[in-house]
Amino acid sequence: MASFQWPWQYEFPPFFTLQPNLETKKKQVAAWCDLVLAYHKHHKIFNLDVKESQSSPLFNNTKIDRKLSTDAIYSILEELRVKGNIEWTDKTRAQCLVMWRTPEEWGNLIYRWASGCGMTNTVCTLYELAHGDDTKREEFFGLDDWLLKRALRTLEKQRKAEIMSFGTSEGVKFF
Amino acid sequence: MDRFEWGNGNLLQGETQVKQQHGVRLHDGTDKTAFDRGIITLTSHRLIWTDSVQQTTLVTLPLSLVLYAEEVPAGRGKSPRVAFHLHPAPPNKPPGPVMMSAHSYIQLSFKEGGETEFFRCLSEELSRRRWEYMPTPKAAGKPKAIHAGIVGIERNLEKKWRDTDENISQAFEDLNKLMKKAKEMVDLSRTIANKIKDKQGSITEDETVQFKSYLLSLGIANPVTRETHGTGTKYHEELAKQLSDVLTKPIEESGGMMALSDVYCRINRARGMELLSPDDLVDACRQFEALRLPLRLRVFNSGVMVIELVSKGEEAIIRQTAELLNEKKTLSPDELSQSTGISILLAKGRLLAAEEAGQACRDESVEGIRFFPNLFLNPPTR
Repeated sequence: MASFQWPWQYEFPPFFTLQPNLETKKKQVAAWCDLVLAYHKHHKIFNLDVKESQSSPLFNNTKIDRKLSTDAIYSILEELRVKGNIEWTDKTRAQCLVMWRTPEEWGNLIYRWASGCGMTNTVCTLYELAHGDDTKREEFFGLDDWLLKRALRTLEKQRKAEIMSFGTSEGVKFF
Repeated sequence: MDRFEWGNGNLLQGETQVKQQHGVRLHDGTDKTAFDRGIITLTSHRLIWTDSVQQTTLVTLPLSLVLYAEEVPAGRGKSPRVAFHLHPAPPNKPPGPVMMSAHSYIQLSFKEGGETEFFRCLSEELSRRRWEYMPTPKAAGKPKAIHAGIVGIERNLEKKWRDTDENISQAFEDLNKLMKKAKEMVDLSRTIANKIKDKQGSITEDETVQFKSYLLSLGIANPVTRETHGTGTKYHEELAKQLSDVLTKPIEESGGMMALSDVYCRINRARGMELLSPDDLVDACRQFEALRLPLRLRVFNSGVMVIELVSKGEEAIIRQTAELLNEKKTLSPDELSQSTGISILLAKGRLLAAEEAGQACRDESVEGIRFFPNLFLNPPTR
C-alpha cells in the first residue's frame, strides 16, 4: 500500500491552532475535513475514538511538534457531522463512525458492481461482498459490516435489493 | 476655708445626697476651726458641714472648687483626715464664715472614723462631675445667650452657613495660590524662550534646540479647560483640536501609532496644571474623525486603544505587516516589536489586525503565539 500523502497544511504550524478569523477558519476546517476523510479512506478505518485520535498521527504531527486540541477536534468532527460524514455512536461523543462516502453512494457503488457482474437476481452473502475474492479490487472491499448493511438498506428502499438472513449469516439479493 | 459659704440645709435642684458621716471637724489648712463635731454630708454637687447640736449652723463647699482630695493617715494623737486642695474662690461668691484665708486647702478630721468610705465616695463624685449637668447658680457665671423660637433657629443656621463658607474659602485659598504660581511659571518659561530667541548667537544651536524642546514638552501655553470652553461636545472638540496639534509630531516620530496610555501621560505632562481625566481624553479622541483631524482613535480587539495617524492608515500598516511576515516566514509579537521598534503590545495589535484582515494566521503553542502568512487563504502554489 502506498504511503499516505499528507497535504501541505500538515507541515504548517497554524494548521494546528483553530483560527479566530472566520474566513481563515472556514478554509482551515475544510482542509481538516478533507484530511480526516482522506486519512480514513487510505487506511480503510471506519470509526474514530476521540481520545485515541489525539495521539494518532492524524491530529498529532510529531515532526513539527504540534497537535490539535480536543476542542478543535470536536469542531472539525461537528463540521463533518453536519456534512453527514460522521455519526456519533454514543451521547458522550467519545466515538464516531466515519463515512467518507454516504451509505447511498456505497449502495450505488455496490449495485453498479453487481449489475456489471451479472449478479442480479442472485443471492450473495455479506461476507462475499466485503471480503470475497470477486470484490478484492472494488472500493467497498473491506467495508465494515454496519456500513455495508446500511448501504444495502438504501438499495432496499429503492427496490434494487433485498436483505435476507439465513441463520447466523446474512445475504442479499439484487434485482 | 474662705471657699465655704453659708447654707440653709436645702438641696439644690438635681442634687442628691451620697454619704453622711458624724464627728467631723473642719480645718483651715492644718489649723483647727470652731466647726467641730459636725455632720459632713457629701452630695453630688457639694460638701455640707452641719453642726450636730445647732442644726442650723451650716456651711457648704461646691465640689466644683475641689482640685483634688487626698487621704492623710492618722498620726500621733491625730484622727485620720482627708485633705481638699481647692481652686481660688470665684469673685461673686456668696458670703461664708471666713472672708480671707492663707490656705488654699482644707482638711476634715474624722473623729469617729469612716474616712476611707467617705474618701471613696468623694473620689467617685469628683470623677463623675455631676454638678456640671446642673450648675449651681454661682458656677453659672454670666447668663448664656439663649435664642428661643424660630428666630433662634434661624440665627443658628445662619451662623453654621457662615462657618462652612469660611472653611471652604480657607481650603481653596492654597489652591488659588498654587494656580497663581503656575501662571508665573508659564510666564517665566515664555520669557526664557524669548530671551533665547534674542540671544540666538551666544548659545550654540544645539543647546537652543534642546532647551526649546524641553519648554515645548513642559507646557501648553493656553490649555483648553472646562472653564474656558464649557462642557460637553464643544469642550471635547476643542480638546481634540489641541490634542492633534500637540500629538501629531510625536506620533509621526514613533512610527504612526501611540498607545493611549502613552498619550495620556504625554498630554498631562504637557498641560502641567490643568490635568485631563482619562474619560475626557477618550471622548476628545473620539472626535478626531468627525473633525477631520489627522489623527484617529483605534481600538484593537484586545481592548487596547491607540492613536494613529490617518495618513498612515490601517491598510498601510496591515500591508506592511503582511509584507514583513512574508519576508520572515513567521513572526512573534516580540520579534516584530524588536524589528520595528514599537512596543510589544502594539506589535501584537498589528499582527492581530493583520489576522483580522486575513493576512495572517496564528500558531498557539507552548512557546507562545506566533503568526504566519495566511496560507489558508493564499495557498502556496505547487
